[in-house]
Amino acid sequence: MNANVPEIHLSQSQFQSDPGAPEGQDGSEGRSPQTDAEVESSAIRKFLLSRGNSAIADRGFQLLMVLCALSIFGIVVLIAVELVKGSRLSWNTIGLDFFYRAFIDPDTKLPMYWDPVNGHFSALPFVYGTLVSSFLALLLAVPLAIGVAVFLTEMCPQALRGPLAFLTELLAAIPSVIYGLWAVFILVPLLREHVNPVLQKLLGWTGLFGADNPTGLGFVAAGVILAVMILPIISSLTREVMSAVPHSQREAVLALGATRWEMIRMGVLRNARIGIVGAIILGLGRALGETMAVTMVIGNTPEISRSLLANGTSMASVIANEYGEATTDLHFSALTEIALALFIVTIIVNALARILVWVVTRGAPARVN
Amino acid sequence: MGVGIEVINLNAWYGTNHTLQDINLNMPANHATALIGPSGCGKSTFVRCLNRMHETNPIARATGTVRIGDLDIYNDCKPVEIRRRVGMVFQRPNPFPTMSIYDNVAAGLKLNGYNHRRVLDEIVEKSLKNSALWDEVKDDLKKKSGASLSGGQQQRLCIARALAVDPEVLLMDEPASALDPVSTSKIEDLIFQLKSQYTIVIVTHNMQQAARVAEKTGFFLNGRMVEFDSTHKIFTNPSDKRTEDYITGRFG
Amino acid sequence: MRAGANDLRSKFRALTDGVATGLAILSTVLVVAPLIAIFVYLIYKGASSLNLAFFTQLPKPEGELGGGMANAILGSAILLGLASAIGIPIGIAGGIFLAEFGRGTKLADAIRFTADVLNGVPSIVMGVAIYGLIVKPQSHFIPFSGHFSAFSGGVALGIMMIPTVCRTSEEMLLMVPHAVREAALALGVPNWRSVLSITLKTASPGVITGCMLAFARVAGETAPLLFTALGNQFWSTSLNEPIAALPLQIYIYALSPYDDLHRLAWGGALVLIVLIVVAVSLVRYVTSRGVLKGAN
Repeated sequence: MNANVPEIHLSQSQFQSDPGAPEGQDGSEGRSPQTDAEVESSAIRKFLLSRGNSAIADRGFQLLMVLCALSIFGIVVLIAVELVKGSRLSWNTIGLDFFYRAFIDPDTKLPMYWDPVNGHFSALPFVYGTLVSSFLALLLAVPLAIGVAVFLTEMCPQALRGPLAFLTELLAAIPSVIYGLWAVFILVPLLREHVNPVLQKLLGWTGLFGADNPTGLGFVAAGVILAVMILPIISSLTREVMSAVPHSQREAVLALGATRWEMIRMGVLRNARIGIVGAIILGLGRALGETMAVTMVIGNTPEISRSLLANGTSMASVIANEYGEATTDLHFSALTEIALALFIVTIIVNALARILVWVVTRGAPARVN
Repeated sequence: MGVGIEVINLNAWYGTNHTLQDINLNMPANHATALIGPSGCGKSTFVRCLNRMHETNPIARATGTVRIGDLDIYNDCKPVEIRRRVGMVFQRPNPFPTMSIYDNVAAGLKLNGYNHRRVLDEIVEKSLKNSALWDEVKDDLKKKSGASLSGGQQQRLCIARALAVDPEVLLMDEPASALDPVSTSKIEDLIFQLKSQYTIVIVTHNMQQAARVAEKTGFFLNGRMVEFDSTHKIFTNPSDKRTEDYITGRFG
Repeated sequence: MRAGANDLRSKFRALTDGVATGLAILSTVLVVAPLIAIFVYLIYKGASSLNLAFFTQLPKPEGELGGGMANAILGSAILLGLASAIGIPIGIAGGIFLAEFGRGTKLADAIRFTADVLNGVPSIVMGVAIYGLIVKPQSHFIPFSGHFSAFSGGVALGIMMIPTVCRTSEEMLLMVPHAVREAALALGVPNWRSVLSITLKTASPGVITGCMLAFARVAGETAPLLFTALGNQFWSTSLNEPIAALPLQIYIYALSPYDDLHRLAWGGALVLIVLIVVAVSLVRYVTSRGVLKGAN
């Protein structure tokens, strides 16, 4: 063989015996039969050998975990079944036009929608109320949320970033009823005294700020408090999708001589726009289903009014107000049908939003509290 | 006391990748066998086939026979049972982070239901002595967590943990590659001493290490075992040219 | 000529940049300032109503002065206890499935997606569903059925906890390094034991904070209790009767015409906020320090 094989020093003592020779080659271990340690060892070995292969325990454990995970599906099924069951009466009695028909009040000759006493049920005002308050909220919240997200992601000094992000997380966790409390005692008087009159004076010509509502409740109040509530969600998610845009994109735009805003606009927002749309839709989903705060300030009148200053009702709030005290079976069933509609709509909206966000962040879990 | 390992026609796949091809060898009892070869040659996969750890990867598959002592590990028993008889030490030390030193060493027993305090105390002490860690930790057994030790100490802790269940075979997958030279030489001394009680299979990148601790050495290349012979022969007078190329540093 | 046009253009671009920055800062201020104001006002209003009586007495009837929300605090504790007993074990088990057994499978993806979507369903819908399941029917199979009860409220809240706990547990379990699992398996520890005693234990700080988050979230939920637990002006510890809850009573008192009940509402709101701030802060602390102390 080649004489260039390098010298590797091998200690001779290793090779005094060949395989199969008795132990003791390094001279230290005695060969006394069954020392204490060895007695112990075989006891341990015996014990471990006796443990079996726990195949049954493993199978059982896995099954239990699967069942618990499947409970998630079970919950969806449970809700769907209960809602469908409860709406059946209303669906059979009234049919699809439950959602858009109108009655005429014999006395005032004005449209009337929800008259439990006489058995007239139409969900139109609630659908209207939900849509108006939600879209008003989006109108107010989206620009601000994106502004905050842009600031926090691209412009904010490092020291401020932590506390501000923490604040946002905190805001998303505040219960609805506390927002409602604040809205009732601070926001509504504020609107009543200072904001609504101004809106009426300045924007009354649009026809959207007509009605004289001295309470300060109504769509505007609901829209504002909803905006406050969905802003943290939209903002956090927007920040997440903006952070997911790779730095190479930003650098590429900067290398072309762009200003910071241009870099944000072309390098980040453009790439993240699908995710931002998803964030907005998620915010919409939250606004559609928001119950307590809205119930406390929307005025709870089952009417449709063009004016944003007027009272109204949302789907969630009519359920909150009347479900516990509904008198007739049809009343109950009508309310349950509204709940079913809410359920289906929020599922679709949320699913759509999640898919959009997933597309941008590629499956990284978007955990929004 | 250790037992011998017999491998007959072992083939292994990860998905469609035929990682090991027709491996045949006999590793003698109470000796250390070193497995060397370039990265990706399959030596880690081979070692993991000896205690069926490759099965933790859902796309892994193996055929052939592996006998440890007189036990056919693929047909005669389940993986859990094998792993109680074959200990493993990994490339990166992986003590259980939430457990104390004592609990780490005793884990193999406690988690299998063994709870006799006094005996556990003795076994922990014996294992730590056998892995040359006892003197350094004997005062902090229950106070310090396994993860608070240095890298070399952690690896010796892992060795103690493997020894505590009194295995017949000890598999070591590059046990010193993540450690500094001082710790490495401590580990090598350890292996030298443990040989008399256990059968050791050690995968290593470091040929000098193989030469220092093992009686037999196997050279792996591209999923095949090219040559298996006494360490002396492999390093001074290899039969296969590829072996010679590897140990002279022409590749790998 | 060209230089002049370029100059104008770059001035415009600089202007746009400045405006955009200004708007971003403005929106942040517009958002942060009022929200800090809300907090401060809440603390001010709430702190003035918190006294010993608040924590020990029942509300006084019809706007008499004094009284407290002790029954609501106790009621919330009972409801949350029941909810946690349902939501936490099932949720963690679901998370274990997603992280340990179902990784990469389509089933796990579907469950994960469904859990996320469920988190967005309005809680009032859950209340309606539980009403139909437990409160309305008179059934031998369903305990405490046929009337408003603390049990039904607890179940509603518990079911709401499951998707949240499941997702956060999964995330935390996925963070446990593979090496730790391998070490346990290589010792011949049975899989179920390894998952529970090693993997779950290693992830436990994170899993616990995930449960805390879910707990804090349902602690503030009102809508599902409106027609399950219903609320109660008096002491109650029975699962079989309506029970008071902190957010529920806040809602009722806020809408009442009595100033003193308003005062109680603010106090209750402060208690709730403190609970939530503590929970969110703890979560941040644990996840920022690294869930796995000492593990690489």
